Amino acid sequence: MKSIGIHLDEYQRESIKKSWSKFSGNYLSVIGLSSVIFVLFVAITSPWIAPYKQSWQPFVDFAHANSPPSWDHLFGTDIYGRDILSRIMYALRYDLLIVVGCLSLDVVPGTILGLLAGYFKGSWLDTVIMRATDIVLAIPAIVLALAIAALLPPTMFNSMMAIASIWWPWYSRLSYGLTTSIRNEYFVQAAELMGENPIRIMFLEILPNFLSPILTKVSLDVGWVILWTSTLSFVGLGVQEPTPALGNMVAAGSRYMPDYWWMAIFPALAIALTIMSFNLLGDGIRDMLAVEEL
Amino acid sequence: MSENLIEIDDLHLNYKIYEGTLKVLNGVQFKFRKGEKIGLIGESGSGKTTTMRAITKILARNAEITKGSILFKGKDVLKMPEKEIQKIRREHISMIFQDPTASLNPVFTVKDQLFDVIKYSSAEKLTKNETKERAINVLKSVALADPERILESYPIMLSGGMRQRICIAFALVSASELLIADEPGTSLDVTIEDQILRLLGKLVEDRGTSIILISHALGAVKGLVDKVYVMYAGNMIEGATTEELFSEPLHPYTVGLFKTVPKITGGGIPEAIKGRIPDYINPPEGCRFAPRCEHVMPICKKEMPGVTSVGKGHELMCFLFK
Amino acid sequence: MWSFILKRLFSSIFVLFGLSILIFTLTRLVPGDVARLALGPQAPQWAVDAYREKLHLNEPLPVQYWIWITNALHGDLGESVTSRRPVIDDFVQYFPATLELVFFSTIITISLSLIIGAYTGRKANGLADNMFRVLSYFGIAVPAFVWAIISLFLFGFVWKLFPIFGQLDAGIIRPPVVTGMMLIDSVIAGNWTAFVNHLQHIILPSSMLSIARIAQDSKLLRSGMVENLNKDYILAATSYGIPDQRITLRYLLKPSLIPMVSVMGMEIATSIGGSFIIERVFDWPGFGKYGMQAMLMKDVNPIVASVMLIGASCAFFNIIVDVIVAYLDPRIRVMERAT
Repeated sequence: MKSIGIHLDEYQRESIKKSWSKFSGNYLSVIGLSSVIFVLFVAITSPWIAPYKQSWQPFVDFAHANSPPSWDHLFGTDIYGRDILSRIMYALRYDLLIVVGCLSLDVVPGTILGLLAGYFKGSWLDTVIMRATDIVLAIPAIVLALAIAALLPPTMFNSMMAIASIWWPWYSRLSYGLTTSIRNEYFVQAAELMGENPIRIMFLEILPNFLSPILTKVSLDVGWVILWTSTLSFVGLGVQEPTPALGNMVAAGSRYMPDYWWMAIFPALAIALTIMSFNLLGDGIRDMLAVEEL
Repeated sequence: MSENLIEIDDLHLNYKIYEGTLKVLNGVQFKFRKGEKIGLIGESGSGKTTTMRAITKILARNAEITKGSILFKGKDVLKMPEKEIQKIRREHISMIFQDPTASLNPVFTVKDQLFDVIKYSSAEKLTKNETKERAINVLKSVALADPERILESYPIMLSGGMRQRICIAFALVSASELLIADEPGTSLDVTIEDQILRLLGKLVEDRGTSIILISHALGAVKGLVDKVYVMYAGNMIEGATTEELFSEPLHPYTVGLFKTVPKITGGGIPEAIKGRIPDYINPPEGCRFAPRCEHVMPICKKEMPGVTSVGKGHELMCFLFK
Repeated sequence: MWSFILKRLFSSIFVLFGLSILIFTLTRLVPGDVARLALGPQAPQWAVDAYREKLHLNEPLPVQYWIWITNALHGDLGESVTSRRPVIDDFVQYFPATLELVFFSTIITISLSLIIGAYTGRKANGLADNMFRVLSYFGIAVPAFVWAIISLFLFGFVWKLFPIFGQLDAGIIRPPVVTGMMLIDSVIAGNWTAFVNHLQHIILPSSMLSIARIAQDSKLLRSGMVENLNKDYILAATSYGIPDQRITLRYLLKPSLIPMVSVMGMEIATSIGGSFIIERVFDWPGFGKYGMQAMLMKDVNPIVASVMLIGASCAFFNIIVDVIVAYLDPRIRVMERAT
């Protein structure tokens, strides 16, 4: 740690060691972590390690179309002759990019909104923010996401926007609850009495207590966002052909079931694997952080 | 031998928890005769509740008994089939738990719960009216006004004192011979606690039930019971008649315990006993009080003292008195 | 109790208003001409202009909203370009089919979750418990459409057990529409062939909706039971001699059900959402398929109507579930009174 210039005191080092031992004690979390690292690795390095890089651009090769899994093409080819494995690898990039985009758009603003609403509880700010939260949460997220994605031109960016616009209320609600419960603690009241600036109080006294639950939620949410991204592209909103996305590959492939089963099944498995890894990792983080609080 | 209602012999009990095994009970010796009124005192965590729960085997799932026996009327409870133990629970022994709020199921009315207790407390089949009559009677006997309304209420609608009385009522229905009261009234206002204890005293007198009263308050116990046992870290380290124990405590722990009670007659600020109760995961070898004892001897650290009798029904576990 | 319901109704109405403003604004702010999108690139300009007039698209936004909301409250939600009918008629025709799917899925979910949750709760950490824990990971993680595709493959092609398209095989007489839910209608009409056939058709789609729900609900019930198992009142019940089975099925189950029932409202809402996907895959003629179609066709009126109608039904179901939870847990009733 010293070599990268991070200085941690004794206590912090001990906590990290303890957290890691709790985490690694649970074999499911370790599986999740390794699996996530694997998925991320594939996604990030795909432009270099994918066997058939042409497969994600407009490309046809009818000579090799519709071939089942073989040593040449581990996951087979689709009706245009594109290698499915390479397409999956590339699709992972897009889907994970969307996830990163959504979370960065949602987590911070959502949390801050909840913080503000909770701190100024009872004021118009609180009412406005929490009512907005209620409105967005009033209808099943998928419907709203579909509606928004439908109304916008179908691009990767827009599907990210669609999901981002419905996901933030959960963070607001969470941080609202946390803020209201922490707000009445003595240390906050003491800071207020001393005349500390409310902004400082919110960000330096109250917010640091959130990190654990918010982090837990983020790690559990990644799976959800991937689920929705793939659902959006499955129905044809969002990423379009010929760009590969896990969802639209399943949709395209499902038309050729059962004869060319590999076209739909492998992307479906990729989706399942990715979501499951992130869920396992998320659960592991949740368990690790929860035990620490004891 | 057959006079003893309950005889606990060399009971060892462990709790399995995440960090290891808590070796809580360390060879408990306890005898109880029919008609006796016994008080059991000791600090929180000394094993009082655990021992009493072991008698009717209503222990938490992570508890395991490694050694010893518990005889009820001569038969070993630990070796009994479930049906027999259930009979004991229904008809002979019952417990009043420490926290009346936690002991009542929050989503059922008093009526639902009490009727069930009555139904299972005896082998005879009762009609609905008979059950209701019994319910009202037992509620009246714990000095609850308006039993009809109480039957229809949910626990959350009632006050703490009322809930405690209801728990006592439940226990009365299902016990003919022995009542074990675990710190009744501790979670309540002191004045209510006093009322509850008086109520218990009266019930015991009227019905001739035997009672074991667990408490960590010495004064509460004094007025009610004939004999007192002191528990420390999983052992009954001393037992004597109430008068004897309060006037002449012998075990260093008991002596220290009485010293901590402030006296109204003066005498300055009471002193606490040095040290803390032992870590149950790695308990000390030998006498568990040894690390805190002023009179500790080398043998205390090696072996656990057995039970010694110093006459007049006064027994204790200490090498000083061998 | 009534003030509880009224309060919830009030806030729901307010929220729905907000939602209507939101979705309405979104549809009008869509890049591109709404009218042109609806009529397609082939339509002549004069038709597009006329349609614009008809949809009041040239008025300022608040006026448009006002016109829309006043119409909506009279039941006029505009027309659908694709079906060429008032949207409200489409809703009445298609929504019951979706409801049927959701209700059937709920029945499956509750039955299986009760059994699995109660069993794994009582015998926690046993073999069955560990097995279900792993299975529930799959259940929650894998998206519904993936399950749908897999089940299409398995049950439609490999083992031809269930039909995979539509509500009824061609050639079977449909029962007359009473409620719109064919299971009920066929019973009313005494048409048993239709009933059985329909049942076969409904099993697959509703099971797909149920998978994630069962995974979550059984976990909730299990954790409720495990948590309550060590509570004093259970120990007390044992000490009074009440038999184990009665304790489990009555005294342990009821308080443990509360977390599971509390999420039921949200689950029904999510299932209605999930129907958008499932109905498409299984070609089920419900509101989900209709709404999904509208979204792909950029048919603006049905899109707005879908969002609003679904929002309203979700609010409705949430209130009902809240009432049930209040019935189960008297503490909530008392708290409500206190506030």
